[in-house]
Amino acid sequence: MGEAKNPGTEERPKWDNKVQYLLTCIGFAVGIGNLWRFPYLCQIYGGGAFLIPYLIALVFEGLPLLYLELAIGQRLRMGSIGVWNNISPMLGGVGIASMVVSFLVSMFYNTIIAWVLWYFFNSFQNPLPWSQCPLNANQTGGYSSECEKSTSVNYFWYRETLNITEDIGISGSLQWWMVICLATAWCVIYICFIKGIDSMGKAVYVTATFPYLVLTIFLIRALTLPGATDGLVYLFTPDWEILKKPQVWLDAATQIFFSLSVAFGGLIAFSSYNAERNDCERDALVVGITNSATSLYGSIPIFSILGFKARTNFNTCLEQNILTLTNHFDIAERNMTVENYDQWFDYLNVTHPGDIASLPLRVCDLQNFLDQSASGTGLAFIVFTEAVLEMPGSQVWAVLFFVMLLSLGLSSMFGNIEGVLTPLQELKLVPKWLPHEVLTAIVCLVSFLIGLIFTLGSGNYWVEVFNAYVGSVPLLIIAFCEIVGVAYIYGMKTFSEDIYFMTGRRPNIYWKACWMVISPLMLLVVFVAYVALQAGTYPTYPAWNPNYEDFPQTETKEYPKWVFGIIVALVVVPILSIPVVAVYNLIRCGIKKSSANVSGPNPYSNEAFEIETQERNTQSI
Amino acid sequence: TPNAWEVSPALRKMLGRIVFFLCLPSVLAAQLCKPNAAEGFKVRLSIKTALGDKAYEWNRNQRFLFQAAIAFAMSHHLDLEFNVSNILVCDETPRVSFWFVVTSPDDPSRLVGKESVELAVRASRGRINNILLLNDATLEFVGVLPTLAAPVKPATPSWLIVFGVVIGIVGAGIVFLLVSTVVQKKRKENEVAEEEDDDEEAQMKRTAGNEGIYNTSFSESDRNTQM
Repeated sequence: MGEAKNPGTEERPKWDNKVQYLLTCIGFAVGIGNLWRFPYLCQIYGGGAFLIPYLIALVFEGLPLLYLELAIGQRLRMGSIGVWNNISPMLGGVGIASMVVSFLVSMFYNTIIAWVLWYFFNSFQNPLPWSQCPLNANQTGGYSSECEKSTSVNYFWYRETLNITEDIGISGSLQWWMVICLATAWCVIYICFIKGIDSMGKAVYVTATFPYLVLTIFLIRALTLPGATDGLVYLFTPDWEILKKPQVWLDAATQIFFSLSVAFGGLIAFSSYNAERNDCERDALVVGITNSATSLYGSIPIFSILGFKARTNFNTCLEQNILTLTNHFDIAERNMTVENYDQWFDYLNVTHPGDIASLPLRVCDLQNFLDQSASGTGLAFIVFTEAVLEMPGSQVWAVLFFVMLLSLGLSSMFGNIEGVLTPLQELKLVPKWLPHEVLTAIVCLVSFLIGLIFTLGSGNYWVEVFNAYVGSVPLLIIAFCEIVGVAYIYGMKTFSEDIYFMTGRRPNIYWKACWMVISPLMLLVVFVAYVALQAGTYPTYPAWNPNYEDFPQTETKEYPKWVFGIIVALVVVPILSIPVVAVYNLIRCGIKKSSANVSGPNPYSNEAFEIETQERNTQSI
Repeated sequence: TPNAWEVSPALRKMLGRIVFFLCLPSVLAAQLCKPNAAEGFKVRLSIKTALGDKAYEWNRNQRFLFQAAIAFAMSHHLDLEFNVSNILVCDETPRVSFWFVVTSPDDPSRLVGKESVELAVRASRGRINNILLLNDATLEFVGVLPTLAAPVKPATPSWLIVFGVVIGIVGAGIVFLLVSTVVQKKRKENEVAEEEDDDEEAQMKRTAGNEGIYNTSFSESDRNTQM
């Protein structure tokens, strides 16, 4: 027996089947970052060579953390707050910190989903709205100057989607179209969560599998595009020299860490709904390896398409030059082509060097175009949308792409929301008479109202602030506390016994070594390096300022003092609960040995009897 | 007898004048139409770019068609009768580019002003393009800006329609699920109410009313022993 049943509360929900659970965890881990962060890192850190630090980080940091969270969730059968309170009342703050981080992250993450929804809604037009510049505001017969100087794709993102202001201090007004997209995003989340994991578990069959389908379709399409091989060669060509830079190892470690979505509390909540005797070691391996495999698999179509885009831009550049030269020298049409451009150019340079010098010829370098990489929103909403314009049947590809991003984002949001809802119910702040549906509605509504900040003119800058500071340092600290808490305060012996109870075998030397020494050490090093790098310079941000002299390049501005204060608050407030709760408990109860408190006050669970019967069973076999 | 070729000076003069006037148009044409003429326009055609395989060869007949089109545009704009011979074309290159000038129908030695020509061309630009099977980009009048077509904007932006569909489906789903949950709960409550007659709590009420002391340690309502 392992569970007390309170007739006042409902029975703990559980998964319909194992597949649902695995798909939910995979969906949570596999997010938009797998597509728009990993390929970028691969590209800037020497292609194939980056896989080495990445895989090392996965094996020594990612998988142990993942296994740890799934195991304690499944054993202690509570959300993050309950679990950490159980392990030691002094660690109770870790659960609260997870909940706060999940809440803050879910707010800005849903804004990204709102942006994806906006682009999705706009993909049902012919021609696509980001393919053309609109006319000048005062109808003087020219195109809008902001659009002319940058590109129509940039203009659509910065002006028609975000309506961005030049500075984070200038808030602008609420953009109504963004508000309704955000409302739609929260409604979609709500309908998936309306019945807790019953409804979410069904939604996840679609949201977790659909991205793979679309990625495969894109893979087949992308590999047939001209220039795909350029992109792939560029992506995977290893540059072994780059492994000497410590920045690479740091980024690999942080990428694995954030990619697996540990320390949010969502994974603990998900695994708490499992049956007690479930092989969580295999689950952890499946989720971790699938996550990395998805990153790799996704980077192939992404980079094929980026290679196609670079080749197309290169050809366009050459054709512009060809037109200039043809017009100037009155050469017959189609005599000068992309193929024989170089010979013609050399010939003309010899015969008419003065003329060539005077013409506005662009420098066309394929490598240059390939180097124009981007990550994050830049990749999805600028680079990729531009590439889609060149593909025949653009609307179909645009719709597919944005639905894929939507699925990826939704499945990650499920984990975030679960990381808020489950601990909230354990905090016992919620009155028992409040139905689960109403609580979910309240959480969604509050998040939506606070998230309206991100629909202001300066919203994108705030998303960047949240993304860089909430989703980084607090998570590292929480994960470090988790692993140290389980390895040393809970005790490796007790934990091994728990795992033996759940899976039927004790963790081997690799897991133990990781949990006790390697992973905490890696986390500590990553944390220190991260903070050292951040503390070195005053934080700046790229601002989109049409009046900037170097426009269309973004202007690097420093954050004003009050924003810096908010940044510090965002980093400190979530993790503040860890020391506060620890000190509070120290003062209240004195130091007590938490190892006596193995599985919480559960009067109907006679553990000694259970372990004894199990040993008797194994002996009799 | 005088030689047949020894004409009188008067006759010689008249012959000279006749020859002069006969040669005048072509001489004038050569002088009126030249590259960088003050009242002339340079035209560039990109036939292969526009038509690909169906591209036509630029020859005398196509040029005639061009001259006719410009004559049409001028007649249409100025309400005068322009003839094909009023449109002078020169300096053709393999690019297919050339210069043209427009002479006045009243006086072939006088050119029509550049501004009038530009206005006439802009007014009938679409028509000229269609006659030559080209468009604004492939039939270029150097110096004349193409009139930009405003992007077509439908009455309701199409994204609002898609948004309406999505939010309608989601909203309907939420309402349906909430209503079904409420209905299910009501049904369960009715079932439980029927069982409550035998429930312990009802018993407890009765026994408490009978002045007995009910041993609550065996009651179902609190299974957790207080620690």
